[in-house]
Amino acid sequence: MLKVEHLTKVYDNGTVALEDVSFEVPEGQFLAVIGLSGSGKSTLLRCINRLIEPTDGTITWNGVSITDAGPEEMRRVRRNVGMVFQHFNLVGRSKVITNVLAGSLGYVNPMLSVVNRFPPEHLARAMAQLARVGLEEKAYERADNLSGGQQQRVGVARAMMQEPSMLLADEPVASLDPVLAHSIMQHLEQINDQDRVMVLCSLHFVDLVHRYADQAIALNDGKLVFEGKPVEIDDAKFKEIYGKEAERVG
Amino acid sequence: MSDELKAGDASTPKHRTRRQSIILGLGIVAAVVTYAYGFQVTKVDLDEISSETRRGQLVRVLREIARPEILTYDRIPTNTELVIFLPCPASGYEASEPTQDRHLIVEPSCGEPGDTFVIMGIGFAGNSRGLINQVPPDGVLELKIGEFFADVDGNFVVEVDTRERADEEPQFIRVVTNERIGSIFTPVQVESSAGELRDSPRISRASRDTWDKIIETVFLALLATTLGAALAIPLSFLAARNLMRDITTDVTKLALQLLAIPMGIGVGVGLSRAARQLADQLTANGWLLALGLVLAPTVALVAMKFAFPPIDNKPPNPIERGQHGVVAVVAAIAGILGILLVADLFVLLGSWLDDALGSFGFLGGFLENTGEIATAITTVLSALLIAAVFANLAGRLASFVKSRVSKGLMQQATYPLAALAGAVIAAIIGAGVGWLYRINDAIAILWCPALAGAIIGLYLAIRNRERSSVQIGLVTYYISRTIFNTLRSIEPLVMVIVFVVWVGIGPFAGALALAVHSVAALTKLYSEQVESIAEGPIEAVKATGASRLQTVVYAVAPQIVPPYIAFTLYRWDINVRMSTIIGFAGGGGIGFVLQQNIRLLEYSAASVNMLAIVIVVASMDYLSSRIRQRVV
Repeated sequence: MLKVEHLTKVYDNGTVALEDVSFEVPEGQFLAVIGLSGSGKSTLLRCINRLIEPTDGTITWNGVSITDAGPEEMRRVRRNVGMVFQHFNLVGRSKVITNVLAGSLGYVNPMLSVVNRFPPEHLARAMAQLARVGLEEKAYERADNLSGGQQQRVGVARAMMQEPSMLLADEPVASLDPVLAHSIMQHLEQINDQDRVMVLCSLHFVDLVHRYADQAIALNDGKLVFEGKPVEIDDAKFKEIYGKEAERVG
Repeated sequence: MSDELKAGDASTPKHRTRRQSIILGLGIVAAVVTYAYGFQVTKVDLDEISSETRRGQLVRVLREIARPEILTYDRIPTNTELVIFLPCPASGYEASEPTQDRHLIVEPSCGEPGDTFVIMGIGFAGNSRGLINQVPPDGVLELKIGEFFADVDGNFVVEVDTRERADEEPQFIRVVTNERIGSIFTPVQVESSAGELRDSPRISRASRDTWDKIIETVFLALLATTLGAALAIPLSFLAARNLMRDITTDVTKLALQLLAIPMGIGVGVGLSRAARQLADQLTANGWLLALGLVLAPTVALVAMKFAFPPIDNKPPNPIERGQHGVVAVVAAIAGILGILLVADLFVLLGSWLDDALGSFGFLGGFLENTGEIATAITTVLSALLIAAVFANLAGRLASFVKSRVSKGLMQQATYPLAALAGAVIAAIIGAGVGWLYRINDAIAILWCPALAGAIIGLYLAIRNRERSSVQIGLVTYYISRTIFNTLRSIEPLVMVIVFVVWVGIGPFAGALALAVHSVAALTKLYSEQVESIAEGPIEAVKATGASRLQTVVYAVAPQIVPPYIAFTLYRWDINVRMSTIIGFAGGGGIGFVLQQNIRLLEYSAASVNMLAIVIVVASMDYLSSRIRQRVV
C-alpha cells in the first residue's frame, strides 16, 4: 500500500508543482496519472522515489516512510522501485546489457560494481529480462544503435532487473508511435498482472488509460482534480481535467 | 550621420535623444584617447620601421631564418682574380680574353687609384656571396673594397671604389668565395682540421641538437599531459555543478565531518608511516616480501568485500556497523601495505633490470621510478582515503544520533560542535599561514584564529539553524573552481621558475610546471563537459538505488569518455606547443636551444629549431584530429 499525504512541491524558483496531493494505491494496482503537460505528473512520480525532494507532505510505502528515509534507507527503497522514462534515459554509449545490469546496482557489492564486475547470476537475469522484451540478440550492441521502441524495452528490462515491487512510468509511450506504445503498455500490463507489481504510470492518451489502468488520478496545475475508475472519465470529467477548450483525440 | 546611427534611428525613432548622442560622442572621444595612450605606452615608432639600417638587419635575419641549417657543408675558400692597373700604364692596357667559365670583367680595365669601377662576375655558384678585395702586387695587405651577392645564375654586377694605392706593377681584384663541397646527392669525404674523415654535406650540429631536444619536448609534453589528466579526471567531478548541486548535508553533520577530516588525515599519515616501517622489515627478506605480496592484497580484497557489503533489506545493527568500520580500517592498512610492497618490488626489480637490460636499462629505471612515485604518493593517498572514511563515519554517526535524540537536543549539541569545527579549521589555516610567514607566536597563529573560527562557526550554525540542509556540494564547487581558476591564470612559463628552484633546470621542471597548469586547464574543460551531459541517464541510474560513486561510473563516465579523450589530446597538443618555449625559463625541451641560438644570433640554427616545432605541432594536430574522429 502506497500512501501519499498532503504532498507539496515548490521549486526553488517559486513554481508550485504539486499542492496538497493525497491518494492511496493498493498493492498490485495499475494506476494511471493523467493531466496536461506541466500539471505535475512527472514531479509527482519523481517525488515518490525522491529523485525530486518533496517540500512538504509524507509518502509511506508498506509502513516505511519514504520522505523520512536517510540516504542508505533511500537506496533500499529505490532499488525496489523501478522507473521507466519518457526519453528512455539509457546510457547511449554503453552496451544494452550494461544498461540492464545497471538495474541491479542497488543489490551488488558497491566496490566490485565500480570496476564493472557483476555476479554471473545477475548477468543471467539481465539476459532473461532482455529475452522477456525480445531483445536478447541486441545485448552487446550499443544502446544508441537501437530504435526508440527497442530503447524503451531496454528501459523496461532495466527497471525489471531491480525486481521491483513498484514501477513508476513517466509517460513511457509519449515519444513512441501508437503501435509501439501498445507493445510497451502490454509489457507494463504483463508486469502488473504476472509479477504483481504496483504500476504508477503517467499517460497522455485517455484511451490508453481506459484500456490498461485499474484506477486513475488526474492533476491540474499541481492539484488533484480526479480520483476514480477510468470509465468514470466521461466528456464532462475530461473537460474538467484538461480545460474547457480541450477535445478528445484518439 | 553614419549608416549605423540611421539604422538605430529607424528601429527606435523616439529614443534617439540628444543625451544619447552626447554619450556616443563621448564614447568616441574616449576610444580615441584610449588608443592614443596605447600608442604612447607601446612606443609605436614608425621611424624605426622605415629606417634603412633596421630594414637591412631585418632582411639579413629573415634570409638566415629562410635558410635553416639542416646540413653542414665543408667549405673551401676560392679566389678568382683579375689584373688591374692603377694608374693605367703609359703604354695602355687591354685585358686578355677570359679563358675560364668563371671569370671577372672590370669596366674600365684600368684607371686612377680611388676611381670607381664596375665589376662583373660570371659563372659563380648560384646565390653565392663573397668579398671583393684589392690585392697589391706583392700580395701583402689585401684590402676589402666590397662584397657581392650573386643571382640565381651565379652572375653579379657591383660598383666598387678602389683604394688610393698607386703602383706601377699590376694589382689584382680578388673575389673570395667560400664554396660548399659536395651536394646531397654526391657527398664528398673531407679531412677535418683534426685529421678525421667526414662527409660533406652532413647532418648539422643544429639538426642533431634539434632532434634530441624535440624528442625531449614531445615526451615532456606527454608526461605533463598524462599527469595532468590523471589528476584532473577525479577533480573535474568536484568542479561540475550538476554533480555537486545535489550534495547537501546539515549543520550537525557538517561540523562533525569538518572535525573528522583533519583527524582522518592525521590517522592516514600515521597509518602509512606504520605500513612503511612494516614494509621495510618485510622487504629486507625475500620470502617475507613474497608472502606479503600475496597476503596483503588478498586480505585487503576480502576485508573490503566484508566492510562494504551490498545493502541488505534490513539496516545493519550498531554492532555490525562497528565491525564493518574496524574491518574497513584493516582493509585500508592491508591495501596501503600492498601498494608499498609492490612499489618496493618495482624498485628492487627495476634496479636489477637497469643493469641486466643493457641499452634498454631505461625500462628498469622507469620501473624503479614508478615504485618510488608509488611510495611517495601512498602517504597522500592514505591520508585522503582515511579522511574520506572518517568523514563518512562522522556523517553516519550524525544520522544515527539524529534518529535517536530529540530535535531540540540535537540543536543544542550542534552549536558547540560548529564552534569547535570552526576553531579547528581556523587554527589549521592559521598554523599554515604562520609557517609560511615564519610567525612563531602561538597566540597569533593558533588561539586568535581559533577564537575567530569558533565565532564564525557558531554564527553560521545559528544562522542556518532553520535550514534542514547546507549545500556543501556547491561550496566545494566554488572553492575548487576558484583554486583552479587561480592556477590556470598563472602561465606555465612563470610556474616553471618555481619548479626550476625545486628540481633544477631541465625537462623535469618543465614537465611539472606544465602538469600543474594542465590539471587546472583540463579540470575546467572536463568539468564543463560533465556539466553538459544528458541528465536523463543519471536520473535513471540514481533511481535504481545506485550510490553516488556507482552513478558516476555508470551514468556519467560513459558519456564523457569521448570528450575527455578529445580534450586530453588537445591538451597534449597545447603542451607540445608550450614546451617549445618553456625552455626559455629553464624548463628543458627545444626552447632551451632555441633561446640559445637566438641569443647567439645563430638564426639559421634557430630556424632548424622552429622548423622542427612546426612539424611536430602540425603532425600533433593532424594526429589528434584523426584520433578524435575515431573515438567520438
